[in-house]
Amino acid sequence: MRLIKSIGEWLDERLQIGEVIKETVEHSVPRETASWFYVFGSAAFVVFMLQIVTGIMLAFIYVPSAGEAWNSLQTLNHQVALGWFIRALHGWGSDFMVAIVLIHMVQVFLFGAYKYPRELTWIVGVFLLIVTLGMAFTGQVLRFDQDAYWGLGIGASIASRVPVIGPFIVNLMLGGPIIAGATLSRFFALHVFVVPGLLIAFVSVHLLMVIKLGINEWPMPGRVVRKATYLKEYHELTKKDGIPFVPGAVWKDLFFGGFILLSIAACALYFGPFGPSGPPDPTIIQTAPRPDFFFLWLYAVLSFLPPSMETPALLIGPVVGILALLLLPFVFGEGEKSWRRRPVAVLTILFVAVVLGTFTRLAEHTPWSPVMDAWSGIPIPSQFLHHRTALERQGALVFQVKQCHNCHSLDNQGGKRGPTLDAVAVRLTPDQLIRQVIQGGGNMPAYGKNLSPAETTALVAFLETLHPAGQSPARDAARAIALGSDTAAPASGHP
Amino acid sequence: MTLPNGLTRRALLMKLGILFNGFIALVLAVPIVRYLLSPISREKKGAYDAWVALGNLEQFPSGQTRLATYRNPVVNPWDGDTGDIPCWVRNVDGQNFQVFAINCAHLGCPVRWFPQSSLFMCPCHGGAYYQDGSRASGPPERGLFEYHYKIDGGKLLIKASEMPTPGQTSNIVREIRQCV
Repeated sequence: MRLIKSIGEWLDERLQIGEVIKETVEHSVPRETASWFYVFGSAAFVVFMLQIVTGIMLAFIYVPSAGEAWNSLQTLNHQVALGWFIRALHGWGSDFMVAIVLIHMVQVFLFGAYKYPRELTWIVGVFLLIVTLGMAFTGQVLRFDQDAYWGLGIGASIASRVPVIGPFIVNLMLGGPIIAGATLSRFFALHVFVVPGLLIAFVSVHLLMVIKLGINEWPMPGRVVRKATYLKEYHELTKKDGIPFVPGAVWKDLFFGGFILLSIAACALYFGPFGPSGPPDPTIIQTAPRPDFFFLWLYAVLSFLPPSMETPALLIGPVVGILALLLLPFVFGEGEKSWRRRPVAVLTILFVAVVLGTFTRLAEHTPWSPVMDAWSGIPIPSQFLHHRTALERQGALVFQVKQCHNCHSLDNQGGKRGPTLDAVAVRLTPDQLIRQVIQGGGNMPAYGKNLSPAETTALVAFLETLHPAGQSPARDAARAIALGSDTAAPASGHP
Repeated sequence: MTLPNGLTRRALLMKLGILFNGFIALVLAVPIVRYLLSPISREKKGAYDAWVALGNLEQFPSGQTRLATYRNPVVNPWDGDTGDIPCWVRNVDGQNFQVFAINCAHLGCPVRWFPQSSLFMCPCHGGAYYQDGSRASGPPERGLFEYHYKIDGGKLLIKASEMPTPGQTSNIVREIRQCV
């Protein structure tokens, strides 16, 4: 023990760092901030450390070459002892890091921490969010599989829409004319050197400001931030009623950080590593690429935007969003901090959470994508075929062979791209069905050139049978009159 | 030593030193920026203009649409499979061809051909195209990208070296054909 002490003293005599560390760890913080709400920033830092360590370990094996990257991941998964576990830690660590950074952001927003004098801390925090998402995206590319390959294609297609310089950005992003070796090399450099460098720099500034300016005090309703008086009030709060950060508050950070690490390890152990999915061979086109979890909402947005709004929304939306975050502390630099007195702030968070959650959920089901093998792989449920005429069954065959099932579901099976057809006969008259099939419209291709008259007749005869029992198909009331018949009364069901 | 305007000799030398380093940084920045921009500034000649063979004409029967693959003319030795690019070849009537890029005009996902319904469908966001490549439905704003082609010595050749994207269509037939 005495030896350790004397070694420590010898080192500090030369490093001259002990006093600084002592001051930093024992600095006084407001009593209420020793709270479980204040642990997310340090937890994000802990996960970042885990990412650095596991990332370096992966780099021992990983080959950043378009021809070999996928194979080296297979080696990591199956040949290297516990290589799969390190990959899983890094992958789950990435998801946890994004999640914790987002939670941390919500917490400091609701606690008004971005107000005077911590505006710059917030702004650097916004950059940290962007850089963290940058790490997640570039990391997904390094898992050089089918999803990564086509994900790059999506990235390039978005970038190419920038007016005038779009094509140059694409070339710069891909490092050449196509997605290939040069692309992977530059994303490797970004993921391993450039973006982590920025991350370390921003984290350092962010932490320095937290220590120098002091942690945001627990917001009390009615305790209003004014630039003229805030610093004095905060000083009183910390000096008169404060506790030292160590050990007063730090034990909660330690426990929560440890708990998060344990959770990551548990997920890694239970769920295993992410992919890789199929090899990055563009000639294998039987694939439906999907982004990683934290970009799923974007995937959904891209399928719902009307075509004319897509490019403006893609190019202007992120700029507006980031600007709003950056300007927040300048517009609302003073005033109430407590979320109890800021209903708009609470509603904003709820709104954004519901929107992102809904889009993410939708993207897990991709109702906008055709089910590419429904026509050959999903049979028509038998209740739609019982007691049908030969013509109607022929129509059911047309329905399958012409891939209608890829976009339209029957009994909840098949594509959700178009409306479900369980009761289509109630909605559309036979004439309207024929028109819709032949001419398309309303986001449906026209099948006029691909269906013979006999096929159309059969298909519409089948569609005519799709109505609930006891509910008669739609009919054109004027038709009977036009044809000079007086059998206009409904055949069955409703009076 | 102090100059008339209050500037000391050492302060002047320091300022000169900063200026000197700034100048050096500027000189070094030129090649660095030039290096970084090389994917943009490289001359798109040679392999970029090459005609790539997709195969003999017999591989593409009249009236049918078939998948073809080619090795991209601009590749590095370490590109692996990523240098092999697929495309859809439509033999319109035995004389005329259409060669479509695999990439959906929406966001570049690989479109698949369904001969039964004569549609190209995209698995990502549900874009659909007719057999002539024109837009049928979904989010794409335009039809499929179409490569220039020629027939030489019984082989079908195309000009394709760049991945087509909505903004980058240098090697692409620009007109969108009406339904043939």
